[in-house]
Amino acid sequence: MSAPLARQRILARLRAAPPQDIPAPTLPLAPMPASDEIRLDQFRRGIEAFHAEVIDARQRTWQTVLAEVCAAKRIGTLMLPPADLADLNPWPGGPRLSRFDRPIEMHKAELFDAIDAGLTIADGAIADTGTLIQADPRRMPRTLSLVPPIHICLLDPRCIYPSLQGALAATPWKQAMPSNLIFISGPSKTADIQQTMAYGAHGPRELIVLLTAGT
Amino acid sequence: MSAALNEAPNCPRRYPAKPTDVYLFGTCVLDLFDPEAGVSVVSLLEREGIRVHYPQDQTCCGQPAYTSGFPDQARAVAARQLPLFAGDWPIVVPSGSCGGMMRHHWPRLFADDPALLPLATSIAERVLELSEFLLHVVKPRWPRAGAAERVVLHTSCSARREMNTHLSARALLAQLPNLEVVLQDHEAECCGFGGAFSVKHPELSAAIASDKVDALEATAATRMVSADGGCLLNLNGTLQKRGSALRGEHLASFLWQRTQAPA
Amino acid sequence: MNAPTPIRFHANVRGVLANPVLRASFRGAMDFLMARRAAQFPAADAFEALRAQGEQIRQHSLARLPELLETLEANLQRNGIQVHWAETPLQACRLIIDLATRAGGDLVVKGKSMVSEEIELNHALEAAGIGALESDMGEYIVQLAGEKPSHIIMPAIHKTKEDIARLFADKVPGVDYTDSVDELIQIGRRVLRDKFRDTRVGLSGVNIAVAETGTLCLVENEGNGRMCTTVPDVHIAITGIEKVVARLEHVPPLLTLLTRSATGQAATTYFNWISGPRRAGELDGPREVHLVLLDNGRSGAYADIRLRATLQCIRCGACMNHCPVYARIGGHAYGTTYPGPIGQIVSPHMLGLEATQDLVTASSLCGACGEVCPVKIPIPDLLLQLRQQSQGNAAAPLLPGAGRGRKALQSISYQLFAWLYARPALYRLFSFVATRLRAFTPARQGVWTGSRAPLRPAARSLHERMKSRAGESCA
Repeated sequence: MSAPLARQRILARLRAAPPQDIPAPTLPLAPMPASDEIRLDQFRRGIEAFHAEVIDARQRTWQTVLAEVCAAKRIGTLMLPPADLADLNPWPGGPRLSRFDRPIEMHKAELFDAIDAGLTIADGAIADTGTLIQADPRRMPRTLSLVPPIHICLLDPRCIYPSLQGALAATPWKQAMPSNLIFISGPSKTADIQQTMAYGAHGPRELIVLLTAGT
Repeated sequence: MSAALNEAPNCPRRYPAKPTDVYLFGTCVLDLFDPEAGVSVVSLLEREGIRVHYPQDQTCCGQPAYTSGFPDQARAVAARQLPLFAGDWPIVVPSGSCGGMMRHHWPRLFADDPALLPLATSIAERVLELSEFLLHVVKPRWPRAGAAERVVLHTSCSARREMNTHLSARALLAQLPNLEVVLQDHEAECCGFGGAFSVKHPELSAAIASDKVDALEATAATRMVSADGGCLLNLNGTLQKRGSALRGEHLASFLWQRTQAPA
Repeated sequence: MNAPTPIRFHANVRGVLANPVLRASFRGAMDFLMARRAAQFPAADAFEALRAQGEQIRQHSLARLPELLETLEANLQRNGIQVHWAETPLQACRLIIDLATRAGGDLVVKGKSMVSEEIELNHALEAAGIGALESDMGEYIVQLAGEKPSHIIMPAIHKTKEDIARLFADKVPGVDYTDSVDELIQIGRRVLRDKFRDTRVGLSGVNIAVAETGTLCLVENEGNGRMCTTVPDVHIAITGIEKVVARLEHVPPLLTLLTRSATGQAATTYFNWISGPRRAGELDGPREVHLVLLDNGRSGAYADIRLRATLQCIRCGACMNHCPVYARIGGHAYGTTYPGPIGQIVSPHMLGLEATQDLVTASSLCGACGEVCPVKIPIPDLLLQLRQQSQGNAAAPLLPGAGRGRKALQSISYQLFAWLYARPALYRLFSFVATRLRAFTPARQGVWTGSRAPLRPAARSLHERMKSRAGESCA
């Protein structure tokens, strides 16, 4: 559906315009991957500058650290992704665990009004901007990282790309983009009122990244 | 005024060796309203052993018409200037905006005129704004120190963004002993003149000029110095209207007066 | 209703210049945004290299625009995104009304989209009995106040928190006055959250469209953009035809230029790449995604190789943040959807040069806009081009309304100027007379002396001074 002839008329006008030959830009190659250590450090400083919390859970089990976070943040209900983290079971004094395993239409009321925190697994991260990547909506529903007031994200620091260019070069996105690829750099925020930064505008007001050695 | 930004502004310019002769393009503003500044340019250069040639048939670079959307009229005026500067000497222009017009816009004005384009291009290459000519080419020695004074420097937008000479005047003034040069708040902002803009949009122009003058006065400087006659007309007019004691002076006049050896 | 329009620019300017509170608020906001941006580009060389890339990506994309639009369309369709074309705002509004109606929606929840402002979508929807709710906090505030955005990135930049506190207390049911920014934001969050949950149609703009993958990219901080494009059943995106790039690797330079130039951020909170509706096995996401491609005069600017550069714009707003005129009057006075320097060069091809004749002259040509533009649009040069067209002094192709800015007095003045200044002997006579008459300088010289002392010629012109010197030294 389009306005009648709009497509043809617009394209015809553009084609009637004088042609120009401007070569594709030669873009500098993605920077050489620094060491894992340096990339992690860069990522961490970047995302912390965006007001996220990063907790290194590699020396302990991430479940232990998660329990501490839930206690500290008084998380009463925690929503998990559809199939991942199957071995995460409720623990004494811990939050009620809910699983995002049906279409959102059946979860909406709960998701918007009854869930304190969403738990997701990042598909990677970008060092130079401090950015988490969620690249598979099948595994990680889009709204799980968006709707609950707290977003807890597990990240394996071995999957940190040096830059966005690096990520584009190393992933199969160019051949097959996921229906939704999401980059996250910190909690939701706005400076729309008198340039004063406020967190938790429409998305999570807190973002907690747990560094794990694998889930 | 008008800033052409297609040329890489960060590309440093190659300067010629100190010449024996130069042309002076005096600008229509200095001709009528501040000839002392033009004479000071001559005095400064002659003291450094440079002969200054001032073609008597020069009038204006054509900028007022050009920036108002009248390229034919600008071309008619500019075309009369071209043959006056046909020699090889550098052309010293004591104004960033006229310098910018000649350096960047004359070649465009004559782009379709095969007879005049080579001369317009040759002139464009030889145009030097006064402060860059003094700093990078003449490298003057200042015979006299002058008394302790605090001045505030206003740099025109064309010097800053079109001629890329915004640091030259500052560097020159820094060479003078006993002189404190201060910068006003929002130093890089326009004074609000803009040629025809000041007439087409008088309220806007006045509002911008008024803020600039506030900032200049807030520095408690005794004098304001600028290398652009257009900005000086606007700022001095505004200062005078509000009864301020502060006045602006052309860089050339300031340099000459301050460093003149006692007679 | 006396909404600002570009044709009343002078009156609009006088109104806002008389309001010191508003002026202080703009100045503070622009200083804030300039400082934020400056902190992101500490090294001039690195910035120059990056903007040269940005410029070339945009110019390369525009050079191939018709072909890229077809590739984009084919790849979007392959991804299950439906593509619609509109030549005019009216056509675009009708398309969107149709789509919303078919989705059974009586409300459209909107993410930030300047193109939707450009087509005045909210009015059109309301006229069709469909509500429109802005969800970006700034846009929500502006809509609640019955106003339009005054800045393309920070729509409510003209309002103080006290203004917003009063507005919320008046207009949002059950809200008491609070001027705590956190509390005000939480009020907005509560109101809009219910709408995100229950509304069937979401609308967004597009920051970059990638042809080779059929992807729509959206930049935002609040999460409302993700809400609008994810939770409702139907997502409608609208964008201008110029926003397309060829390849995925063209995104990173533009993205970093955009976020750093706009709000001084290395990255925004969210960067959302949408390449289709919910797929089999996915548990959320819209069931339908539509893209409306709008022309609205863009192909007219495209036809002129000189004005084509206006289409390079990535809508960062840096030019307005650095503009001495915008900083004095803010966005509303322009009376156009896009204010500031970028508005001065894109509004003529959208609205014609008759309505915008006072906008193309409203610049001192200081060059600050061109200096900060992340894709190197030569805004001052384009204003010169548009002034020539407005005065009827340019060759075809011309925008609608070319020549309508021509005023007899001004044309005669410049003809007189050319006549006098192209005749050296006559000019010297003129300056001789002017200097001899300096005692008779009029105290009032039109608008010049409104804020300045009169211009008074010197006692002798530089020509005369140089002539008398010639006797002593060289000629």
